[in-house]
Amino acid sequence: NQASLQRPEIKLESLKEDIKEFFKISGWEKKLQNAVYSELSVFPLPSHPAAPPEHLKEPLVYMRKAQGSWEKRILKSLNSMCTELSIPLARKRPVGEQKELLNKWNEMGTDEPDLSLFRPVYAPKDFLEVLINLRNPNYENGDSLSFRTHLGLIQVPLKVKDIPELKECFAELGLNTGQLGIDDSTQVPPELFENEHVRIGQKVLAEQDSAAAQQYVRQGSPTALRAELWALILNISSQPEDILYYEQLKTNVIQHDLLVDSLIYKDVKLTASNDDYYFVFEDYLYQVLLCFSRDTSVLSHFAYNSASPPKSYIRGKLGLEEYAVFYPPNGVIPFHGFSMYVAPLCFLYHEPYKLYQIFREMYVRFFFRLHSISSHPSGIVSLCLLFETLLQTYLPQLFYHLREIGAQPLRISFKWMVRAFSGYLATDQLLLLWDRILGYNSLEILAVLAAAVFAFRAVNLMEVTSLAAAEAVLADLSTLKVMPLLQIFLFATVT
Amino acid sequence: NQNYKGHGSSKGKEREQRALIRFKTTLSNTLTDVLRNRPGWVEVKDEGEWDFYWCDVSWLRENFDHTYMDEHVRISHFRNHYELTRKNYMVKNLKRFRKQLEREAGRLEAAKCDFFPKTFEMPCEYHLFVEEFRKNPGITWIMKPVARSQGKGIFLFRRLKDVMDWRKGTAGRRLASLEAQPARNTVNPSSSHDTRGSDDQKDDMPVENYVAQRYIENPYLIGGRKFDLRVYVLVMSYLPLRAWLYRDGFARFSNTRFTLNSIDDQYVHLTNVAVQKTSPDYHPKKGCKWMLQRFRQYLASRHGPEAVEALFRDMDNIFVRSLQSVHKVIISDKHCFELYGYDILIDEDLKPWLLEVNASPSLTASSQEDYELKTCLLEDTLHVVDMEGRLTGREKRVGGFDLMWNDGPVSREDGAPDTSGTGNSVTNTHLGCINNRKEQLRQLFCSLQVQKKASS
Repeated sequence: NQASLQRPEIKLESLKEDIKEFFKISGWEKKLQNAVYSELSVFPLPSHPAAPPEHLKEPLVYMRKAQGSWEKRILKSLNSMCTELSIPLARKRPVGEQKELLNKWNEMGTDEPDLSLFRPVYAPKDFLEVLINLRNPNYENGDSLSFRTHLGLIQVPLKVKDIPELKECFAELGLNTGQLGIDDSTQVPPELFENEHVRIGQKVLAEQDSAAAQQYVRQGSPTALRAELWALILNISSQPEDILYYEQLKTNVIQHDLLVDSLIYKDVKLTASNDDYYFVFEDYLYQVLLCFSRDTSVLSHFAYNSASPPKSYIRGKLGLEEYAVFYPPNGVIPFHGFSMYVAPLCFLYHEPYKLYQIFREMYVRFFFRLHSISSHPSGIVSLCLLFETLLQTYLPQLFYHLREIGAQPLRISFKWMVRAFSGYLATDQLLLLWDRILGYNSLEILAVLAAAVFAFRAVNLMEVTSLAAAEAVLADLSTLKVMPLLQIFLFATVT
Repeated sequence: NQNYKGHGSSKGKEREQRALIRFKTTLSNTLTDVLRNRPGWVEVKDEGEWDFYWCDVSWLRENFDHTYMDEHVRISHFRNHYELTRKNYMVKNLKRFRKQLEREAGRLEAAKCDFFPKTFEMPCEYHLFVEEFRKNPGITWIMKPVARSQGKGIFLFRRLKDVMDWRKGTAGRRLASLEAQPARNTVNPSSSHDTRGSDDQKDDMPVENYVAQRYIENPYLIGGRKFDLRVYVLVMSYLPLRAWLYRDGFARFSNTRFTLNSIDDQYVHLTNVAVQKTSPDYHPKKGCKWMLQRFRQYLASRHGPEAVEALFRDMDNIFVRSLQSVHKVIISDKHCFELYGYDILIDEDLKPWLLEVNASPSLTASSQEDYELKTCLLEDTLHVVDMEGRLTGREKRVGGFDLMWNDGPVSREDGAPDTSGTGNSVTNTHLGCINNRKEQLRQLFCSLQVQKKASS
């Protein structure tokens, strides 16, 4: 401000240099770099200036249309549940109820509201049916089958990587590079890789460099450093205003009851609470998800999400834009299994506001792509296609066999990918996998892992004769070691 | 070199190879499955002769003294195990051991025995208890019956009035009659206790002793819930002391969130699965357990590996010292072995506390995962007991069991003990670590076979 400019130390000639120097010393330069890096990671590359905003969301028209009709269906389902049960989408809580909820804030899991009448708005398998029916009207497949014919469920022509391209992309997972999840096992002396890797990790944290952290976690993050490293990559630092913002969201939850709250409760009770390991964190899940649905800052991610937030109108004002509200306030309708995106994070973060921020950032960077229809390489459609193509190209016998017995592989692996494997892998393995999602800023690794799992259990799968039997072979992934599977599939399989 | 001390009772003599091993058990759960599936083992019932008996403690009390056992026969309890497993005896033995340590090795060494919350036996130490109570106003105490399990009969209190009221009730009346008799520890100054004396003072009134113990008000919480750890220790002999530690175990969570506001809510404070099962919140599908590996990983991600290692070293200390405190008192019959279930509570400063030691840890499985854990635990127990005579007696690891104490500390390294910077050797324990028991057993038995062929 004016007063400080009058101070004798400030010299106009060197002002520019002095400010630069100040930034460096105070750490602000690093913070700015991290913030810029963060924006770059999230936003798509600059495009043609004349391109309309829809192109930023999704360039292909048929995908946009499909997403639009899917959204209409979801909203219809939500509205009809609302009408059936005569429950308003939102209502203000009476003061007594507000007080009660505030008292119970840290143990909402003990509440047992009657949720029997609520159904999840949709489950992953419903979404899969929509994806299976996706067609590009401009693409003529031709009726004759050839060796190019894609035998899987997804029938849209998106470009996906093959193994040579994946090897290049995931170069740090190669056989000659040390990995956590492989080279830190008990038989390997820590001097060979682990000790040095931990030392580097500590250095990265000391430097507070987002880009370096992202590069670093490609080889896995040490358990003790993971929470901080992920926060650095996601550029989350809990400032007082962040804590205040979270408290404000909490107040919103206390004051208003939303229909989606019941959906959230039901989802947590059905999934996370029944999980052998995540049941302990039940209360945290409510504290995060209830606030999440009221967070209007999440709306900004719809600029680059092919989905759009559902609009609802104040009673009697249908169609009048001035009376339109987004519902829920954050525009995200939870589906069956949604709470599993949050559960693994409870392992790492213990203050609710920190946990909240990390989850929100993970959602607007990654998770949203797993349940919206788009052509993005990390979008669920591309992941499904990548999975099927890898299987058909590199494990053709297995793929053909499963198809013949009515067990299309995607029907089994879809739920793994939609949930980013949460609840299917052991937590330590899941965290190693999510290290790589953050490290490579891509979800493609989920499709590669899904294919690697099939490759690993190929012998057993070749012997099954029904979909149910195939499901049984792949029912339990909790003993799998993720990194060796990925490494073998990408780098040690004869192609 | 003490690492090459044998641990089996063979002592160089060739163990007799039996064609069939006759076993008996009164329990009907995971244990019977394991026993029945063991190759070469047949079940005998009723009055048949047996080579191996997994008995319950009441049988032991009534029959051990007049049962003749051949040299090879094994039974699953030590005659006077209650020196370790009854809360009041354990406290006495520990206090005595601590005094001895202080005399011999000084304050610092004796302080290593401070893993047991301050406990007073009722009614004989009632006045000592009142003194301590008055010195610490406002803290919470817990009253526990010495010999009951599964959380029965336990309550919390903060006011002496609560104790008075309780004494007026049925439990108290029995105690009052006890008080009328001379305190046993003055009559019997020697360290051991005669079961007969304590269990049937008056034939028509089953007497129950209680202990009043300082309640740990700052337990470590996960997800806002209190939990305790169940760890398995296998003792093959007391003289000399030989004990094995199992790598797996679990953390048992209370179903409700921890708060000191409601000390009447036993569901909050007691983490026993048996108590939790009666809580209105309990959903059997939930199981409320974490395997120790998961617990260890969680702590490491919160506090870093060094803090976790320190905690687990402190727990090793609990196991060893508790056994040392009774090793001269428990009759070390070569036929006996015992699988103990240790209950450990961690406080928010990551200090472990010993809650109690169980001579008959529950072998009933509460879930599929639990079933697998207990099956493997029992299989490995039987491997260590080694009725088949396969082991050389020099093994430091059998399946999921690591030899923790062999008349002295057992170090991880072969040969000279490895000394870390602190000057303490790295003990051969791997609690909460990876348990690749199948692989290890395969390698072990393979090499044993090879050795046998070579020597024959």
